[in-house]
Amino acid sequence: MTKRIFDAEARQGYSLIAPPFVYALLILAAPLLTILAYSFLTDGYLEVVKEFTLENYAQVFSDPIVRKIMLRSLLVAGLVTLVTVVLAFPVAYYVSFMVRPERKSMWLFLITIPFWTSYLIRVFLWKVILGYNGVINSTLTGLGIIDEPLTFILYNVNSIVLTLAHAYAPFAILPIFVALEKIDRSLLEAGRDLGESRVMTFWRVTLPLAMPGVIAATLIVFIPTIGDYVTPELIGGGKIPMIANLIQVQMLALDNRPLGSALAVTAMSIVAVVSLIFLFLNRRFLKVRQ
Amino acid sequence: MSDGPKAMIECQDIHKYYGDYHALRGIDLTIREGEFFSLLGPSGCGKTTLLRTIAGFEDISSGAVLIDGKHMEDVPANQRPTNMVFQSYAIFPHLSVAQNVAFGLRRDPRGKAEKAALVEEALGMVGLKGYGNRAAHALSGGQRQRVALARALILKPKVLLLDEPLSALDRKMREQMQVELIKLQRQVGITFVLVTHDQEEALVMSDRIAVMFEGGIAQLDEPEALYARPRDRRVADFIGVMNFLPAQIIGETDSHVTVQVGGLGQVDLPHSQISRANPDDPEPTIGFRPETMTLIGPSQPHTQARETEAVIDEVVYYGDMTYYDLRLENVPEPVRISMRNVFGRDVQAVGTRTRLAWSPGSLVLFR
Repeated sequence: MTKRIFDAEARQGYSLIAPPFVYALLILAAPLLTILAYSFLTDGYLEVVKEFTLENYAQVFSDPIVRKIMLRSLLVAGLVTLVTVVLAFPVAYYVSFMVRPERKSMWLFLITIPFWTSYLIRVFLWKVILGYNGVINSTLTGLGIIDEPLTFILYNVNSIVLTLAHAYAPFAILPIFVALEKIDRSLLEAGRDLGESRVMTFWRVTLPLAMPGVIAATLIVFIPTIGDYVTPELIGGGKIPMIANLIQVQMLALDNRPLGSALAVTAMSIVAVVSLIFLFLNRRFLKVRQ
Repeated sequence: MSDGPKAMIECQDIHKYYGDYHALRGIDLTIREGEFFSLLGPSGCGKTTLLRTIAGFEDISSGAVLIDGKHMEDVPANQRPTNMVFQSYAIFPHLSVAQNVAFGLRRDPRGKAEKAALVEEALGMVGLKGYGNRAAHALSGGQRQRVALARALILKPKVLLLDEPLSALDRKMREQMQVELIKLQRQVGITFVLVTHDQEEALVMSDRIAVMFEGGIAQLDEPEALYARPRDRRVADFIGVMNFLPAQIIGETDSHVTVQVGGLGQVDLPHSQISRANPDDPEPTIGFRPETMTLIGPSQPHTQARETEAVIDEVVYYGDMTYYDLRLENVPEPVRISMRNVFGRDVQAVGTRTRLAWSPGSLVLFR
């Protein structure tokens, strides 16, 4: 065994992965472990007292405000995921099935255009569009369609969902597109040949075979949105915080690092559990496909 | 139509354009009920397009398709009394073997247990009894082929369409499946329409064959007729091996044509042995199959047949057969003769002077 580890080829392999490995260790693992350690220590106001305690977690699980914000984060992430995936599917389907092969790469290119501007600027632009005196409201009042500016599109969950769904749309479109591209077109003809209409063929053949892509899209959208900080801060106007905003408040504004860390670890665990459920589903669908 | 067998598929002057490309050029075709029919031709000749037209996957530009006497113009693929075995088999990878076979039974009013029995029966028919619970992706090529067959036949279609179903199998498997398909077709009595580019496959399996070139049917005949009397030189070239010798027509009467054949001499051929030459090569030529002539060893006595002197140019040994390329006098290209390696017949050596025995009955004049 030792002999194998140190043969020339293995040594070369290890030396090649060493720099990124060390980098990942320093940048990812070390802060993560620090947070994990902090979450079990006592808060001594402005400083962290090195005394083991489960008090932080007790507070996280008992505090109704934390629970409310946690549930809101789950709800918002769930809604964003639902809206994004449901809207992304037809787009991916269109590009995969309707667009001529030589045009597909151009379509994919167009879909990635929103990435050319920074996430922050895109969020700000949505604020300009949705705001009290924003594009939508001034247009509608200017045309005399409404007297008062619409308020249900800014500083609430709707506007957060709208903004995030737009921001993450390409992340959902691409994996679904890839899954659809992999479907052998003769399978769809076989479905028709065996007596099913186009709709039923979609339901019985296309959709099940696209499921791995749909589940990948769900995970890719759900995981980052649940911890999103910028959009609730700017679009929500700070009035409807999500879990990341709460962590920021505890960590920086209130300087309660142990409680902030416990919140972060809890949020991470919840995301992990949800993701594992999805991964399990993904595996079940994939099992038959290979 | 009351006296002969019933027509199952009628194609009436079908034209199909892809943009400017004229893929099908006036196909007129009648396929009889219960027949094993093949569409044979090189790739790009339109045979698959014609099959997909019958299945309803392609619209036609003009003409009509009738299945069992009914116009199919407004009948979509899913409502046609046809089922297809796809070239890629198109087995649903997310379903088990039994679920694949039962796919088309969804709207069948029968109960669950009855359907399961049907599936098992269909699997038994293709030799896959007990494979129902297997995952589709765990099957070999030959097994997928059988699942595709069971999945189509369980619906008892009036016509089974097969799109190059054996092309992905290895040689041994292919030969085995050919025999099984013939047996299966006799057993179920359904009209089979096979698309293939493999002339041997078509000859082995079909009751009748339509040879297609460039979107049209060049000849529609029974296998024996197609092989022995190709109607034009393209068909002769495509099916089996045919030798060609230069020829000169020196006289013609009501009953026969007198031809001077390069290397063989003068022969009288009845009109039934005359086929069309290629339009781009109108020079008359004589064609004959390798197995219609025989080599005679130097010690063998003379035969009743006509004999021609020849020199062996090349010997290709196939085990059961030997192919000889022979040089004839005044003929630039060698001709190929095949001989069965029966007991007591030695394989002859290159360079041997030998005699070739033949009869005018095996010659076809292309002009």
